[in-house]
Amino acid sequence: MDKNIYERKIRPGIIAARALIYSVTTIVIALVVIIIVYLIKKGLPYINWEFLSKAPSRLNETYGIAPMIINTLYIVFITLIISIPLGIGTALYLAEYARPGKIISIFRYSIEILAGIPSIVYGLFGLAFFVNTLKLGSSSGSMIAGSLTCALIVLPTMIRTTEEALLQVDSTYREAAFSLGASKFYIIRTILLPCALPGIVVAMILSIGRIVSESAALLYTAGVDYIMPTNAVKHVTESGASLTVQLYLYATEGSSPDWVPYAMAAILMILVFLINLTANIIASIFQKKVSAKS
Amino acid sequence: MKVGLKEFLFGPVWDSANEPPKYGILAFILASFGSSFLTVLFAVPISILVAVAIGQLLPSAVGTVLRSIISLLAGIPSVIYGFMGLVFVVPFVQRVFNLSSGLTMVSAVIVLIIMTLPTIISVSETSINSVDKSYLEAAYSLGVRKEYALFTIIIPAAKSGIMAAVQLGIGRAIGETMAVIMVAGNIPQMPSMLKPVRFLTTAIVTEMSYATEQTRGVLIGIGLVLFVFIFIINSVFRFLIKKAGMIHG
Repeated sequence: MDKNIYERKIRPGIIAARALIYSVTTIVIALVVIIIVYLIKKGLPYINWEFLSKAPSRLNETYGIAPMIINTLYIVFITLIISIPLGIGTALYLAEYARPGKIISIFRYSIEILAGIPSIVYGLFGLAFFVNTLKLGSSSGSMIAGSLTCALIVLPTMIRTTEEALLQVDSTYREAAFSLGASKFYIIRTILLPCALPGIVVAMILSIGRIVSESAALLYTAGVDYIMPTNAVKHVTESGASLTVQLYLYATEGSSPDWVPYAMAAILMILVFLINLTANIIASIFQKKVSAKS
Repeated sequence: MKVGLKEFLFGPVWDSANEPPKYGILAFILASFGSSFLTVLFAVPISILVAVAIGQLLPSAVGTVLRSIISLLAGIPSVIYGFMGLVFVVPFVQRVFNLSSGLTMVSAVIVLIIMTLPTIISVSETSINSVDKSYLEAAYSLGVRKEYALFTIIIPAAKSGIMAAVQLGIGRAIGETMAVIMVAGNIPQMPSMLKPVRFLTTAIVTEMSYATEQTRGVLIGIGLVLFVFIFIINSVFRFLIKKAGMIHG
């Protein structure tokens, strides 16, 4: 070491490290952005009202994704109806009622394990149990069977995120309410749930993203039909492909012109971006509120 | 006919359409493990470098933009990653290795690396950023450059979080189905980088639609194998993370 540390030369090792870090980062980001922009650019010109509002027809060789959009909406909606009460209920139990102990920690660990299980395993279970054993709807899958399977997939994450949101509620609120003689249920209803609401909403939106992206679990539980549903209630028991499943079929079967999968990929990608953006915005608004308070 | 555990797990041949059928899933197990291992091997170092750049080196405005791009990438449906693979990676692999078809294990690994990057980057970035700032300051006061401190102090201190990221990456790679079925060729044979392969997950999808009663049972067996693997991997990592967390308190 000569001179003082301020005038010391930058060693080549440091320059190499910096070059490595920046070049890897640039390559990764550039590659991914180029790919996404390419896909959206190639698909976007084909998206028009007819494509969005019509069912595909083999006879006329026209393509439309309205049934798939409806199926996806059905699955998202039914899944949320099933999983929100269950998820919030379980999280409330874990955060407020459960006494810490061995059984609860095993329970928590199993939720963690369930969150990591590949969705195809859930799909297999859904096919064996909901479709073949309980015979919910048509034998090639149904909206309700697919939604139940999706509910199983999103529940672990939903429980965990909701529980975290509940635990983040300032405990002095709870203590103040208790000291005023409020009952536990009253506190949950008037203090905990409203305070934890933004966190729960973010968990819900992320679950919607997860359901929209799901494909492996839906292939055999919700089916692959692309007929426009005629009866809104009966459609719950009918089978139908989601956007992702239909994209998979078009991309691999090659039964459609090249542009169809591009257009579907563009729509799906924009949809998922919007969903995640909403979740991020809500989360950041909430975070600002919290930091402003403290 | 019942299928013995040994011939199920270690049988090299899968031929469910034959009479009598052969249900050996060794090739699927090896393909799943091999591809997940390779994926993590490449994705983790790349992710750590990107995480360091975003969280520590780049100006915070640039970091924020890149961070939100990466969080959006994490939400892209796996079918779209598969489609990207089909459009970009498969022809690329075919040309580079001069093959008759680019539907190979290499393509699957490349797609898996791209898919797992966002998850590993965002989790390891969080853990790198949450390392106590006083470590860095102490290093600066000793005249150490930031890049040096990053690799010798910050990254080792963030070890437990990075390990959690690796765990997520492995889980995602082993469990991925639709993206890899689109690019891996899906032929049941012993895995080799430049040949089409079938994974545990894709085996389930491929056979589920036309499975006989017995094959269906075997497929549920494959599901169970996946479940057990995930369980073992999570338990091992839980142990490692606990141990790493204890050292750095």
